[in-house]
Amino acid sequence: MAENKYTVQDFKSAAQVRWCPGCGDFSVLASVQKAMSELNYNKEDYAVISGIGCSSRFPYYMNTYGFHGIHGRAGVLASGVKVANPKLSVWQITGDGDALAIGGNHFIHEIRRNIDLNVILFNNEIYGLTKGQYSPTSKFGQVTNSSPFGTIEKPFNAGCLTLGARGNFFARTIDVYVKETVEIFKEADKHKGTSIIEVLQNCVIFNNGAHKQITDREERDNNQLWLEHGKPMIFGKEKNKGLVLDGLKLKVVTIGENGISEKDILVHDMYEEDLTLHSMLVNLNLPDFPVVFGIIRAVKADTYNDLLYKQIEDVQAKSPIKGMDDVFNSGSTWEV
Amino acid sequence: MSKKIIDLENVVIKFAGDSGDGIQLTGTQLTNTTAQLGEEVATFPDYPAEIRAPQGTVGGVSGFQLHFGRNIHTPGDKCDVLIAFNPAAIMANINSIKWGGTIIADIDAFTEANMEKAGFEEHTLADVKQNFDLIEAPISSMTKESLKDTDLDAKTILKSKNMFALGLVYKLFGFPLKYSEQFFDEKFKNKPKLAEANKKVLQGGASYASAIQAIPSFRICGDKKLKGKYRNISGNVATAWGLLAAAEKANLPFFLGSYPITPATDILQEIANRKDVGAKVFQAEDEIGGIVTAIGASYAGNLAATSTSGPGLALKSEALGLAVMTELPLVVVDVQRGGPSTGLPTKTEQADLFQALSGRNGESPVPVIAASTPNNCMKYAFMASKLALEHMTPVILLTDSFLANGTEPMHIPEMKNFPEIKTKLVAKDKEKYLPYERDENLVRAWAIPGMKGFEHRLGGLEKMDITGAVSYVPSNHERMTYLRDQKVKNIANFIPEQKVEGDEDADILVIGWGSTYGHLRTTLSELNKEGKKVAHAHFNYINPLPRNTEDVLKKYKKILVCELNSGQFVNYLRMKFPEFKYLQYNKMMGLPFAVNELKEKIIKVMEA
Repeated sequence: MAENKYTVQDFKSAAQVRWCPGCGDFSVLASVQKAMSELNYNKEDYAVISGIGCSSRFPYYMNTYGFHGIHGRAGVLASGVKVANPKLSVWQITGDGDALAIGGNHFIHEIRRNIDLNVILFNNEIYGLTKGQYSPTSKFGQVTNSSPFGTIEKPFNAGCLTLGARGNFFARTIDVYVKETVEIFKEADKHKGTSIIEVLQNCVIFNNGAHKQITDREERDNNQLWLEHGKPMIFGKEKNKGLVLDGLKLKVVTIGENGISEKDILVHDMYEEDLTLHSMLVNLNLPDFPVVFGIIRAVKADTYNDLLYKQIEDVQAKSPIKGMDDVFNSGSTWEV
Repeated sequence: MSKKIIDLENVVIKFAGDSGDGIQLTGTQLTNTTAQLGEEVATFPDYPAEIRAPQGTVGGVSGFQLHFGRNIHTPGDKCDVLIAFNPAAIMANINSIKWGGTIIADIDAFTEANMEKAGFEEHTLADVKQNFDLIEAPISSMTKESLKDTDLDAKTILKSKNMFALGLVYKLFGFPLKYSEQFFDEKFKNKPKLAEANKKVLQGGASYASAIQAIPSFRICGDKKLKGKYRNISGNVATAWGLLAAAEKANLPFFLGSYPITPATDILQEIANRKDVGAKVFQAEDEIGGIVTAIGASYAGNLAATSTSGPGLALKSEALGLAVMTELPLVVVDVQRGGPSTGLPTKTEQADLFQALSGRNGESPVPVIAASTPNNCMKYAFMASKLALEHMTPVILLTDSFLANGTEPMHIPEMKNFPEIKTKLVAKDKEKYLPYERDENLVRAWAIPGMKGFEHRLGGLEKMDITGAVSYVPSNHERMTYLRDQKVKNIANFIPEQKVEGDEDADILVIGWGSTYGHLRTTLSELNKEGKKVAHAHFNYINPLPRNTEDVLKKYKKILVCELNSGQFVNYLRMKFPEFKYLQYNKMMGLPFAVNELKEKIIKVMEA
């Protein structure tokens, strides 16, 4: 396996891409193709598995092995593929409806099991394929085709849900930030276990500008905090804002004011096993705080697939049973 | 006065008591001893859905029925001997004891309170005594007596009363105690005191039976027929082993995705215990997760299966359609139970046939096969896997609670005697792979992730014939609908022709399918022995039906279809072969057929 033996072109399938012009999915597709061309696998060892939704058409546009499943079941389909053949690099493509509504049960359990999967969660805060109904991540009060008077449901926070299921890897990125997204995808693949990558994705037709406050060109430096392991949590146009702990809560401070210097700012440790600080970070929201991006958590832990194969190996090493003939003759038997 | 000796060709005996009385263990011990003595034996446990139902009540009675001797095809209808641990056990079984049969009751449990709980009235005991040979044995107090010199606590002592009853039963039939004694030595290897106590109680029961004149002796007459090496097996374990045998034969890794559900859970548990042969078991978060992980594993090149019961099959139906659309091999085992909804979780019924045949959205043909004995669950689980792999399709295997929990001796098979399985895996040197290119049987080839150059996409959207690209072309959908249907129909060329047992040239053909085989077979051979001409066709292959089905049906003036539902198979036959007239006999009590009721019905139909 030589490095960079593929180009992005090698990962493009012949199928015509049929997302709406301007859809955020195009950028994510480009990021995945770029990341795969730079990772160290043979092309035939990638499997791209999806559920149902706009983004779940993704496998058809990849020139890899792919499986477009049924609604909500991307997680279990991908789990089956990975457990059956752990040598594969398995990528799960799912949306906020697919993973957090109809597939919510599978989502928390795949995280709990820590199967080695790369899960790209396209969060556009709306149902696109069924034309504009609210999703589990739609903002409270949002007017949609199925909530003409505004929703009366509080949204999920994907990071909070991941950490609540004791997830070991969570990252957040933005569809059009291709460079950052490619790096995150590559890191997610290197991480052994269930890697959840939430991509804030724009639906131009049914929820255009859902993430605008965060991505707005004028304000983005003040509204986004990109975390890097080992670096202080600094953000802002002037790179002079940072996060500190104030009692049991996070607080935004300005470097140079009130005697605050860079060394007072919290330093990001993505390997920290304790969930407390990571949970606080994924929950930060506008307008009082920036939204946190990058790899928030990357804790090493045993994977389900490794443990399963090890258990089989251990049993086989000790057992006198080598095949079904031995099974048939095991236990109590008699001759007549 | 000397002991009464009863000569029989075969005996039906049932243990009954509270669900904590160790009924299932006692039954299993008698089964093992009987089988090791070379007797034919069939068993059927009968227990409430609650783990510990209210003690002493009729609803809480757990039973274990055992039928042994010559020509055994069922666990038997009515009991020759009932061992009752309390009054409720008699009340619950009063209609399933042969008139004049023997009841051995633990008279210590016949307190006023227990009699009342069981609904015994003053005259009830007198009635029982008048119609049956009631032997009032002080089983509890004799058990205490046997163990009075040990330092075991009172609760442990009383718990071993089932072994006193077992010893007593061994003596009834002149059976040795040694097989159970060996079992105690093995089970309590590290607790020799407990092993000794159990042996002592067992011996106590046997001595009691020989000392008491009122207790009769039974003799089994006729020659033993079994020859070779045997083991006991239940339908669920046989199913598990059939799947694993298919994986070994096909040289594929095995994957089971499943979720616990009565009465199918034993399949999951048995395979989870078979890591020694490399089986992977994924206990999913729900039924849907069970089947979808299996579909994923199948896509990745494993022989994959999912095991469930009717409610679970309902949850899996959308995913089963995905396996139909993607034409991936998959075995779905449905261990049927009484329905609809939660229904009768521990009782038997054959009522999921229509669900299996067509319980999916769209036109979604799936081969359906049914096992008919606990033993042949292995054969049909193997065949389900073979058909799935050779025809690239999901296959549903129907068993039911009666087969799943029933046990019988199995002649130990050898892997070399199982038929070959030729998978549709693509040759690695093939130049080009088109996912929906088909062979002469309309079967597509199987390329799996990791194979270089064959990258392709599957999914639930309709696909273009041959190329597998997503397609909404109207004529293509019609063609693909036809191809999926014809592919399943073609399987008729790969399954055996339908056989007819009994008097082939009779006027009447009795038809059954699945688990009713033993009862129908016994009924028909009794009728044949009485000089009545009746033929019997028992179906294991339901979809497609065997090629010669029409030829079989047209030979008979009368066709009687017997099944444990309100008429699903008979209506299926009416749809397939409307030119024939069908009579039907149905039972929906959560119980298997009884030979006598079948006999009565068949004679009535013959005479009509």
